Amino acid sequence: MNFKLKIWRQKNAKEKGGMVSYDVTGISPDSSFFEMLDFLNQQLIISGGDPVAFDHDCREGICGTCSLYINGRPHGPVKGVTTCQLHMRSFRDGDTIHIEPWRARAFPVIRDLIVNRSAFDRIIQAGGYISVNSGGVPDANSIPVPKHDSDAAFDAATCIGCGACVASCSNAAAMLFIGAKVSHLALLPQGRIEASKRVQSMVARMDELGFGSCSNTYACEAECPKGISVINIARMNRQFLHAKLVSEKEKIIRESL
Amino acid sequence: MTRLNARIPEGPLAEKWKAYKSGCKLVNPNNKRKLDIIVIGTGLAGASAAASLGELGYNVKVFCYQDTPRRAHSIAAQGGINAAKNYQNDGDSVYRLFYDTIKGGDYRAREANVYRLADVSTNIIDLCVAQGVPFAREYGGLLTNRSFGGAQVSRTFYARGQTGQQLLLGAYGALSRQIAAGKVQLFNRRDVLDMVIVDGKARGIIARNLVTGEIERHAAHTVVLANGGYGNVFFLSTNAMGSNVTPAWSAYRKGAFFANPCFTQIHPTCIPVHGDYQSKLTLMSESLRNDGRIWVPAKMKDVERLRNKEIKPSDIPDEDRDYYLERRYPAFGNLVPRDVASRAAKERCDAGFGVGSTGFAVFLDFADAIKRKGHDTIDSLYGNLFQMYEQIVADSPYETPMMIYPAVHYTMGGLWVDYELMTTIPGLFAIGECNFSDHGANRLGASALMQGLADGYFVLPYTIGNYLANEIHTPRIDNDLPEFKVAASEVSDRLNKLKNNGGKETVDHFHRHLGKIMWEHCGMARNDAGLTEALYLLNELRYDFAKGVKIPGAMDEYNPELEKACRVADFIDLGELMVRDALQRRESCGGHFREEYQTSDGEALRDDSHFAYVAAWEYKGRDIAAGMHKEDLQFKEIKLSQRSYK
Amino acid sequence: MLFSSITRKVLMALAGLFLVSFLCVHLGINLMLLKDDGGRAFTAAARFMGTNPFIRVAETVLFSGFLIHIIFGILNSGQNRSARKISYVIGNRSETSLLSKYMFHTGIIVLIFLILHFIDFYFIKIGLVAPPPGIESHDFYSRSLVLFSSPLYSGIYIVCFIFLGFHLNHAFQSAFQTLGLNHSRYMGAVKVIGSAYSVLVSAGFSIVPLYICFFK
Repeated sequence: MNFKLKIWRQKNAKEKGGMVSYDVTGISPDSSFFEMLDFLNQQLIISGGDPVAFDHDCREGICGTCSLYINGRPHGPVKGVTTCQLHMRSFRDGDTIHIEPWRARAFPVIRDLIVNRSAFDRIIQAGGYISVNSGGVPDANSIPVPKHDSDAAFDAATCIGCGACVASCSNAAAMLFIGAKVSHLALLPQGRIEASKRVQSMVARMDELGFGSCSNTYACEAECPKGISVINIARMNRQFLHAKLVSEKEKIIRESL
Repeated sequence: MTRLNARIPEGPLAEKWKAYKSGCKLVNPNNKRKLDIIVIGTGLAGASAAASLGELGYNVKVFCYQDTPRRAHSIAAQGGINAAKNYQNDGDSVYRLFYDTIKGGDYRAREANVYRLADVSTNIIDLCVAQGVPFAREYGGLLTNRSFGGAQVSRTFYARGQTGQQLLLGAYGALSRQIAAGKVQLFNRRDVLDMVIVDGKARGIIARNLVTGEIERHAAHTVVLANGGYGNVFFLSTNAMGSNVTPAWSAYRKGAFFANPCFTQIHPTCIPVHGDYQSKLTLMSESLRNDGRIWVPAKMKDVERLRNKEIKPSDIPDEDRDYYLERRYPAFGNLVPRDVASRAAKERCDAGFGVGSTGFAVFLDFADAIKRKGHDTIDSLYGNLFQMYEQIVADSPYETPMMIYPAVHYTMGGLWVDYELMTTIPGLFAIGECNFSDHGANRLGASALMQGLADGYFVLPYTIGNYLANEIHTPRIDNDLPEFKVAASEVSDRLNKLKNNGGKETVDHFHRHLGKIMWEHCGMARNDAGLTEALYLLNELRYDFAKGVKIPGAMDEYNPELEKACRVADFIDLGELMVRDALQRRESCGGHFREEYQTSDGEALRDDSHFAYVAAWEYKGRDIAAGMHKEDLQFKEIKLSQRSYK
Repeated sequence: MLFSSITRKVLMALAGLFLVSFLCVHLGINLMLLKDDGGRAFTAAARFMGTNPFIRVAETVLFSGFLIHIIFGILNSGQNRSARKISYVIGNRSETSLLSKYMFHTGIIVLIFLILHFIDFYFIKIGLVAPPPGIESHDFYSRSLVLFSSPLYSGIYIVCFIFLGFHLNHAFQSAFQTLGLNHSRYMGAVKVIGSAYSVLVSAGFSIVPLYICFFK
């Protein structure tokens, strides 16, 4: 198969970037999208060019490192997969493929197609965990958890933190990412203990980091490679309202950015 | 050659760890604040260790090459985590888990370490549940288990097919909590390229900032390696693209012994290789073998008709199928350990009965299971795996059997450590897959997650304290010490030399070549002639690489080709050590199968009288063959027997 | 920034739901214009709305509702725009409902309409704008007849209500989502009700000018 690629090239965070065209030929339909890019890069290196930088690691759809915005969609045209699981058979021979980095103020470009997603770590650090130390915890079966809650928590916990939700959102909002984490922990009895503090700190951190707000277009859900539902956003909103209106006033400690 | 001493505590096996914990030195909280620890890697072992050490009050610096700790490759583990909880009341116990792990490892692991692993396994589950890991549950709200990887009890806890992900996110949460608390400092997008040894003790590291290219010097009182396994020496493996041996290898070059490097695990259920351009292999969870039946056609004419697409797999009647695992191992059938299943697949394919376009694949068939349990049950058990398979291969396992073939998956070998998980360099610890200690010659399914977390959460926090108790008078280490400057400039020189050698071929070209040599000569089956040839080929490759690798871009910028080149350079050297280790081990055990040493019916032939030892290799210099030391394995609790799964 | 993004969204949703209920009342009164009684019923209703002390208080709430909805809408929109400073070369092609992406735009159209509507009616009533010759400031009935007999005015009026319908179609279920009232059992019904409601509002408000334009 042959393709015309238009790829965003940008030397580093400071310099201006632009789209550059490349032609690749003789690609097997069974090769993955990254194997196609590997092929391009091998040619670029041999011919003295500068290979295209892109994030990738596990190449089996679970680490969440990959992050390409392909033809107007994060992770490309196939629903429910990451870029690394996208195969060239999903395109037509001769297609022009536009490849851009995630775009969000909170995800600045590092080089070419690589963006800095540390903002997600900052959000998790604001409270996306259960505060227990190693040791001194009760027996695993001492607190039964309804299977339905446990399954729903798992569904939310499958988030791979790739940022496709932010990339697809017209407002570059991180609500699905945070909603998934808040839901995952709030659905479990272990996580409910600090649920109120958690949701408030995480939302505050999200606002500080320059993400947009949710306008319920649900592009995030449509593009999430793990199919995480916007129900999690509603659950977070409910938690947030509950925390603000019903729970006792609590001093939120804001870790400095 | 010296005999290595693992410093195993005295006393009965079951009491050793308890005795150690009661007797080991402790560090006062006020002193913990003054002690710095560097942790390299943020997988299950690294993240759990960094978090636990931060909780204890030490100052921790944690390094990862990924953009965030949450992406370490532990995340890709699918099947589950073992623990001797005996929640199913099916007769499990700490002793049985210990016994199964020693036996599964073909009696090449250290008893005391493995017993401790089995012992703390139960604490891991408690902690993970408290962290919010959503393990699978019954309708009554309690945890459920499955039997995994040939175990005769159901002791595996799992979170659908994403157990590694859920456990890692738990550890990542704990780590994030410590980062927020200021006890752990995160250095992401860093490659750790060298260890710094001051007065014989590990005191720091040299890292390259992958974004800016800056060579950084980081000092601490002690260094913990948790950089994972070295499966990528085979180029094609189930490891992540960035998984590498470099931190461990730099420790080896600085004097840490490297143990049993030839023990690599070939996982039986991976998606077969389909072309030359392929960059990676994808694992299909071993749990599939619980319900899937493995077969190849029994008749050569069916093999040919399949390959010519004249018939479909389902057209072959049951009597013309060779369910070779069920045939050879009636007791365990499709659930034999990984090494046995892998070799059996290779045997059938080498005999010409393989399926698929290349002939290097076997069927894993769910038709019977779907008939027996129903489509919905199978979907709930394996739905996500089937989906993943379909995405890659464009075939639905509901309609046609999966095709699988063994692939490199895990490396049992690694840095030699004593009972305290310390390498032969004082103050340098190695945990998780990057040490050698617990899996012997073959790792059982669902044991890797257990070991990573056991080391990080429950073992290292004690043993590192025992070491650091003697360091409380050591002031903060200065990274301007001459040893740091020398190490940093050596790293820079090495990078410059790689970068400016005027070569013409890409890093991947050499890496592919390395993978081919290793797979053919030091893969699932090894022999003297092949290994000897491999030594020659590797030497040639090392020379070609040094002269011929081409690295574009600059040193002081994001340069993935430079990263890869550093890693491949170390993989080539490691490859040689693996081959040497495989050569000296003239027996077949676990993942190491020497064709010269097999029974008449093709089973592995272990030689306990000569090879019941750990081979620990010492670096002697760049062009000098490594020296071997032995640690004799003494089995006091367990009687050595030939593994039989028949 | 004033309040967290979620609080702002929640206030917008609450104000929006209040405006939705107000639309019902307004529509009810408007439909009285269809009654062939020389505007008696309509005028009576308008007078009730203009004098009843309870309604007078509610009017303040109504205006606050408008203000909250508009101000936070604009604030959020500003935050959203600044969250992506460099836009994509290829616009987003995700599979989402088209209308949901243009809430700000349809909202602006409705806002412009609202301003014109105020000038035409409310400002006359409170004396800010002089009534056209021959019409009393409180005589909304005659005013409506004059305005709606112009096909151009009626056309613009109807187009604006179609956009309001677009706005409402997404807004209704969106408000439930924002308030966290999302439930697997009821969300389908909420969406259907929202869509039905938006069609009814658009159609209901459009009938009046159509009737006056073509049948009077």
